[in-house]
Amino acid sequence: MSILEVRNVSKSFLDYSNEWKRILSWFGFNFKPKEEHVILKNINFSISAGESIGIVGQNGAGKSTLLKIITQTLKPSNGKIIVNGRISAILELGMGFHPDLTGRENVYHSSGLMGFTRPQIDAVIDEIEDFAEIGDYFDQPVRTYSSGMGMRVAFGVATAYRPDILIIDEALSVGDAYFQHKSFDRIKKFQDDGTTLLLVSHDKNAIQAICNRAILLEDGFIIKDGNPEEVMDFYNAIIAQKENSKVEQKSSEKGKVETISGTGEANIIDIKLLDNNNQEVEYISVGDSIKLKVIVHINSNISELVLGYMIKDRLGQSIFGTNTHYLKEPIKNLKKDNQIEYLFNFNANIGVGSYSMAVAIHSGESHIVDNYEWRDNALIFQIANPNKNEFIGTSWIAPTLEYKINS
Amino acid sequence: MKYTLTSLWAYRYFIISSIKTEFRSKFARSKFGGLWMIFHPLAQVLIYALVLSAVLKAKLAGIDSQYAYAIYLMAGMVAWNLFIDIASRSLSVFIDNGNLIQKMSFPKLTLPLIIIGSSLTNFIFLFLAMIVVFGFLGHFTSIVILWIPILMLITVTLAIGIGLTLGILNVFIRDIGQIMTIIFQFWFWLTPIVYSKSMIPEEYQDLLLLNPMSGIIEGYHSILVYDKMPNLELLIYPSILAILTLGLSLFLYQKSNKEMADLL
Repeated sequence: MSILEVRNVSKSFLDYSNEWKRILSWFGFNFKPKEEHVILKNINFSISAGESIGIVGQNGAGKSTLLKIITQTLKPSNGKIIVNGRISAILELGMGFHPDLTGRENVYHSSGLMGFTRPQIDAVIDEIEDFAEIGDYFDQPVRTYSSGMGMRVAFGVATAYRPDILIIDEALSVGDAYFQHKSFDRIKKFQDDGTTLLLVSHDKNAIQAICNRAILLEDGFIIKDGNPEEVMDFYNAIIAQKENSKVEQKSSEKGKVETISGTGEANIIDIKLLDNNNQEVEYISVGDSIKLKVIVHINSNISELVLGYMIKDRLGQSIFGTNTHYLKEPIKNLKKDNQIEYLFNFNANIGVGSYSMAVAIHSGESHIVDNYEWRDNALIFQIANPNKNEFIGTSWIAPTLEYKINS
Repeated sequence: MKYTLTSLWAYRYFIISSIKTEFRSKFARSKFGGLWMIFHPLAQVLIYALVLSAVLKAKLAGIDSQYAYAIYLMAGMVAWNLFIDIASRSLSVFIDNGNLIQKMSFPKLTLPLIIIGSSLTNFIFLFLAMIVVFGFLGHFTSIVILWIPILMLITVTLAIGIGLTLGILNVFIRDIGQIMTIIFQFWFWLTPIVYSKSMIPEEYQDLLLLNPMSGIIEGYHSILVYDKMPNLELLIYPSILAILTLGLSLFLYQKSNKEMADLL
């Protein structure tokens, strides 16, 4: 059963040449708005219970508006939202806190704002106090709190009861590292218990670590809805995209979707992983010495060329990345039809599993400035462990062991 | 409408705790706390009494206490305060809470209810203080005081009707808030509070009754100053106007609901 259904939702802000025309139009007078700013166009999606969705998009793509419509602080201009459960939104912590009230009083007050009754809060107030871990401050006025303490209480209130849908805004950071872990654990636990998460973020790793689906908004449209890795690759490509560059995605034979984007002043014409005997490999043993070979063709004169690569695990988390700018070897002033053969030598000191390699050519430190070509999932390879002791994790950090027994 | 009412009921704890919070934060860290609530209006009465009594005392017919004018002033001021408190706060209620309305999903109509609740609480304390002061001045009121709740009902309805109607329009046309603060000042002087109706030329007396607050304040005066039942005829027009403006405000609320948060 779907827990949240967004059907044909559009939102536009109406501008009237005179506000009286807006007011008279409520009384049935036929005044047309001067301008209509369309923020969301025909948004459709449905979320099943227990899914975790990341909502991504550039600033101004309509993410906040969509969230506000889902939490029902804004009304859609068209279409409707069907919610089967209770929504809790952590968009801004400490909304409605009064500085002169104590932490405890603020808990009662602000949970009233969320629609809880007094007996409901009585039942969890001790739990909130324990969770916040601010000791005697809980009964002191909030104005004496550090900002972190306020956050702790506010997060405790917002998550006192497990919601069916939890909406979290990226801008959210809950105090110090310890408390971040603690609040993240709580979110994880909700997720395990069946809460649907809706996370708005620019952080690729966060989205890929938490979500099993991502929705990409661009100019008020949903332009991609699917597996987070694929969506995030597409999103990164869009960020890098400039005038006259193109973005395409094609499925490779191994089922991964390869995203290629760029302005095309230079092209990657070949990418290979080679072993010591210069044989192309796909299965690599832990710790083996391997080479990444990339051939770049220059299509028009460019002042600087930097090549970078990134190794990502099967969840799309970055394992290692570098580029020739970091290696202090950018190549300057290349002419049309130059061809460059790059060879990177390294040891595959990474854990067992499937990895992908993204490769990009650009100028400067990152692909944001001039992105000639960007390929996600350009290469897929497997790491196996036939000849080392068994270990866990994504890195091979071989220890030597000494011990002694004292008696 | 039914949905609105049930959601307001669900938020009763929030309404009550907001009213408490308002008083608590108003008087937090002040020695006299809630007493300021009474000192302020009494000081106001004192000023008017000192400045105007010499001019007006002689003309106030009908009661023979030497404090007649002070009593007359107090009765009118307390009633006017109830009206103006609700009306002027409703005028900016949505703008003042704009951030909250944009970020949290809760029934917006709780906000005017909080205003009514806190203004009424204020009024009741002030009213009781006034009765005590009257006692010291040797002025006592009889059983007609039971008419007061009816006058309160009309006052509150009219205040919230006017305040909310203009408060909604104020979200879209912010000049309304500015204009109204000026109009409210004129309104005070166009209501028989510091003077009595009999003091103005007869040909203007009927004109004064176009002001719905005139009839209401006259009612308070009858009860509190003259110890008489209020003239019910004078209350018909304010009551009708109160119901009409309240209806208009709820209609506007329904219509503006879709766009209001867009403009806050």
